[in-house]
Amino acid sequence: MIQASASQMALALKNGEISSVELTKAHYTQIDAVDGKVRAFLHLDREGALERAKEIDEKRKAGVDLPTLAGIPLALKDVLTQKGVPTTCGSKILENWRPPYDSTVVTNLKKNGLIILGKTNMDEFAMGSSTENSAFHPTHNPWDLTRIPGGSGGGSSAALASFQAPLAIGTDTGGSIRQPAAVTGTVGVKPTYGAVSRYGLVAFSSSLDQAGPCARTVLDAALLHEVIAGFDPKDSTSINAPTPRVVDAAKRQDVKGVKIGVIKELQGEGYQKGVLTAFQRSLDILAGLGAEIVEVSCPSFDYALAAYYLIAPSECSSNLARFDAMRFGLRVGSGSAEEVMSATREAGFGREVKRRIILGTYALSSGYYDAYYGSAQKVRTLIKSDFNKAFESADVLVSPTAPTTAFKIGEKSEDPLAMYLNDIATIPVNLAGLCAMSLPSGLAEEDNLPAGFHIMAPAMEDDRLYNVGAALERELVNSWGKPFLDFSTGLK
Amino acid sequence: MSDAAGISRAEVANLARLARIEMTDIELDHLASELGIILNAVAKVSEVASADLQPTSHPLDMVNVFRKDEIQPSLTVEEALSGAPAQEGSRFKVPQILGDEQ
Repeated sequence: MIQASASQMALALKNGEISSVELTKAHYTQIDAVDGKVRAFLHLDREGALERAKEIDEKRKAGVDLPTLAGIPLALKDVLTQKGVPTTCGSKILENWRPPYDSTVVTNLKKNGLIILGKTNMDEFAMGSSTENSAFHPTHNPWDLTRIPGGSGGGSSAALASFQAPLAIGTDTGGSIRQPAAVTGTVGVKPTYGAVSRYGLVAFSSSLDQAGPCARTVLDAALLHEVIAGFDPKDSTSINAPTPRVVDAAKRQDVKGVKIGVIKELQGEGYQKGVLTAFQRSLDILAGLGAEIVEVSCPSFDYALAAYYLIAPSECSSNLARFDAMRFGLRVGSGSAEEVMSATREAGFGREVKRRIILGTYALSSGYYDAYYGSAQKVRTLIKSDFNKAFESADVLVSPTAPTTAFKIGEKSEDPLAMYLNDIATIPVNLAGLCAMSLPSGLAEEDNLPAGFHIMAPAMEDDRLYNVGAALERELVNSWGKPFLDFSTGLK
Repeated sequence: MSDAAGISRAEVANLARLARIEMTDIELDHLASELGIILNAVAKVSEVASADLQPTSHPLDMVNVFRKDEIQPSLTVEEALSGAPAQEGSRFKVPQILGDEQ
């Protein structure tokens, strides 16, 4: 049962073939069996999860009409608060912190009866593309345990790919949902900025951060998307508009006449050959289904990575000022408040977090502000206008999700610039506040590792991602003759 | 801006002080060289940032959002203090903030 999709599990629960307690226990059994190798979780809430599962079973038995995903287990990225459950953001500075409130994402999950199994590993404060920046331990890719599961949400993607959970929540500031999905052969969606509340999402870069669904199928992602999305008065950047009908779109799967724009700048040099071959094959499939493939150019995307690595560190240098050793979290040292603050932040933050705080402090300092942060904001304007122009000739835009398949643990950890390049195709969407999905496009021929297909759509047109993604997924799974994760041998 | 944007160890030390991170000498040396490399790579933003271009600070065109000034449920004092490194009575207990002469 643990290898089924969440929608199949939901049906089995509804038909009384399995109880939520049984399903939850089955997942903990799998966690006990494989997580010693994968290390996807930072914390498990067995007691809380089983208690909630029991409640759901009792309600179901009593004939209460339950939401679709009620009773389904889920893995939660450790950057979202869950009342009373440790929330570390992969950082020593929050090691023993138990938040006194639920994030809105968690409130919505609970309202819909989902069972939160535990909190998943991540790069510290979501800064990274490999989950190696976690202060606690790296997470291993279930396809090949010597490789990274992507980042920052590598715990969530690895949990899905090793059947430790059928659904997970991620957050995406520059690709942290989509790149992990790509390298683990799973599905990840970054919803439109403002579509999912950021209340209780520990802020890294507030104008870019967005929580979203992670799953093993496009339909499962859609079901979870509708659970977590929606207007929230507690988030001042929440969009007050109805959530696009993404579940309907995932069932529609009709791409006849849909114009698909291939972004010229997001292919070619720097992209692994097998990733490009899998990408092209997916394009051919979509064309075969009646989609119209056009090429579009977004010249300013060449500057997106540079703009991102100024904007995100600048915002992070401000956001992470809250970790001041006064009200919550770690406190180290003695003396004045300033001395305690400095000693605590030295002891509590890891290398990448310090690097970005210092970079952001520099980019925002007088004398450098205009040249760095100011210019980066102007590039953001150019990227938005490139997207607007591209969407005049296409309904969705596509690219490979990440330039390469999963690399080896340790391979890029000493070279920040090489690490940053992983996000080259995912970052423009965050800068413009749009929505995007990654789904598996196949195995790269050189290394037999998963490659990701990246679909982008305008703000609040998230349904387009699901329509196109589900159509492609259906054809790919038919051509493989089995679910994509059946190709994985890393844990066998 | 296309020139090498070098950054000295003293500059990094000053930034670390501003950011309230008490860095070791080894960390300062490391960061000085790393930041130089990163800044060289990101400085290319100024190539296309012409004077007439409007900056975008946020993806949404939004104004401040205010709620009605009405009392709503919030954390209790105990909950708010539950993660505090130190507390006294119903307050956060913090190290000395003002100098002796004040």
